Amino acid sequence: MCQVGEDYGDAAPEGPPPPRPGHELKCVKCKDGLPVVVIRAGDAFCRDCFRAFYIHKFRAVLGKNRLIFPGEKVLLAWSGGPSSSSMVWQVLEGLSRDSAKRLRFVPGVVYVDEGAACGQSWKDRARTLADVKSILQTTGFPWHIVTLEEVFALPPSVLRCSAQEPVGTIGTYKVAVDSFLQQQHTLVAEGVGGSPNSTPGEEQLSQPCTQDPQDLAGPPPADQTEALSRLFDSVKTLTAKEELLQTLRTHLILHVARAHGYSKVMTGDSCTRLAIKLMTGLALGRGAFLAWDTGFSDERHGSVVVVRPMREHTLKEVAFYNRLFAVPSVFTPAIDTKAPEKASIHRLMEGFLLRLQAQFPSTVSTVYRTSEKLVKAPRDGCASGPRCLLCMCLLDVDTADSATAFGAQTQDCSQMQSPTPPAEAPTVPCCSTEVGRAQNCFRGTRPCGREDSRACVIEQLCYSCRVNMKDVPSLDPLPPYILAEAQLRSQRRSPEIQEYLVESSDDDVHTGGSGAWVPPEQEGKDGQAACDCINKNIFN
Amino acid sequence: MAAPLSVEVEFGGGAELLFDGIKKHQVTLPGREEPWDIRNLLVWIKKNLLKERPELFIQGDSVRPGILVLVNDADWELLGELDYQLQDQDSVLFISTLHGG
Repeated sequence: MCQVGEDYGDAAPEGPPPPRPGHELKCVKCKDGLPVVVIRAGDAFCRDCFRAFYIHKFRAVLGKNRLIFPGEKVLLAWSGGPSSSSMVWQVLEGLSRDSAKRLRFVPGVVYVDEGAACGQSWKDRARTLADVKSILQTTGFPWHIVTLEEVFALPPSVLRCSAQEPVGTIGTYKVAVDSFLQQQHTLVAEGVGGSPNSTPGEEQLSQPCTQDPQDLAGPPPADQTEALSRLFDSVKTLTAKEELLQTLRTHLILHVARAHGYSKVMTGDSCTRLAIKLMTGLALGRGAFLAWDTGFSDERHGSVVVVRPMREHTLKEVAFYNRLFAVPSVFTPAIDTKAPEKASIHRLMEGFLLRLQAQFPSTVSTVYRTSEKLVKAPRDGCASGPRCLLCMCLLDVDTADSATAFGAQTQDCSQMQSPTPPAEAPTVPCCSTEVGRAQNCFRGTRPCGREDSRACVIEQLCYSCRVNMKDVPSLDPLPPYILAEAQLRSQRRSPEIQEYLVESSDDDVHTGGSGAWVPPEQEGKDGQAACDCINKNIFN
Repeated sequence: MAAPLSVEVEFGGGAELLFDGIKKHQVTLPGREEPWDIRNLLVWIKKNLLKERPELFIQGDSVRPGILVLVNDADWELLGELDYQLQDQDSVLFISTLHGG
């Protein structure tokens, strides 16, 4: 392929010019109205047909997947941006329709104020929050405004995958819908519940807007805001910051959902965003989890399922709809606002895809269609196993004694986190914190170093989260619930390991592996064999 | 010879950050030999309105991919994109889709 004398100096040949819509003056659908927007490659729609098309897509995505049962409580994650605003508006419209076509779930809205992570002053944040509140009040849904600082008050239980309710099959969905309609008819017949259009859920809608007990009249505690700024300032790259922000935001929204009894969370990820997310995920090492990250439903959190109803709408359609039909949204600067193109992997991928899309209008939809084909098959056929501490996906890293190159690589990755000189504190999985010390740790009374607690957290992360943590020099600024949960999980494993580890002190200097993660299923002889194997292979 | 045009230029979706946060600008384009089209308007905006970071708004001849252009609430793709000739009292809206979700 590469030849001496081949000229690399030429610019890449230009792709075929994007097909211009023939300047027909009629909408392609109704053949009557004046077109206002071009969708896909060359389809011109008039205003009314566009509206019908847009709304139909939203309902079709929900209807096709049949995951949201009638009467179910669904939390809408609203960021203020165009896609999530459009989603909230669609839900609002969908609930107000008549009879059979009406959406049947019970929505609530959550807004996360991330101003502290972006370095905004409380004055600016308060101004944004005032706008946010006024919009939320017009929707009439119960709403919750939370600040990102509240991650410092989260309990470790938010990281645990709670018991999953059995996913309904199509049969149960139909049954549920039928019984719901039956219930409605009965209510009407008995004269209870008023008009045929009211449902038990609707009473909630007419309630005054609920608010979290924490009244947001004043700023959040200053120490929390400072802790958050410290955390984000300590992260070295924008890529890692964006990933960390996303993780914390997800945890916070999950917590709100669980606290208020919501079983589903809807996010406003559009087609374009998901295509970018898919490519970015590949670059970040999240290839194993793409199906969950970009699919319609994401059940990795157990009792709360994340749903993406806007996944078939492109950003262009969303922007046009919002403009033509006056959907209110609130603009808030994010951490990547005005960042140059190469500032982070996310920015780079976005620029790449959008530029390609300008030349080849089917780029985004092709990537999106690929994401639809991804199957959620668990690794090695085992559906259960330890989960990543941060992203809660099934761990995709090989065990320490694996002979694969990948296993060696991930081991090195975590070993690099703790650059201790060999003569000093070896890092051992069981002895992660002061608690380990108290539990008759075989390493005696030597205090466990920071490197140990870091290694303890790192080994519980999936590959991409580990790579992100490389850009976080110290784990101390992380919210306490993460560190506490890491400690808890390794404690759970430690009693087994403690029993089987070599006790003699002169071997101690070189025992254990920093990244050695022994799966909890290995008990008894296996545990001992594994640990001996580690001792032998790593430090010889 | 084109007469001066009075045009409303609006920015949305975060693009206004590059223009001092002001969303609507009522501008008068000076008279010139050739008629004003979007291409020339962009050059004019870059010179007169854009306060910072031109690369976030303009790429080469056209707008950066991800920025939508609406003329009188209609997609500019229907009107010839950069070659559309501006009329008096037109309203040109630039929406950035790159921000938020």
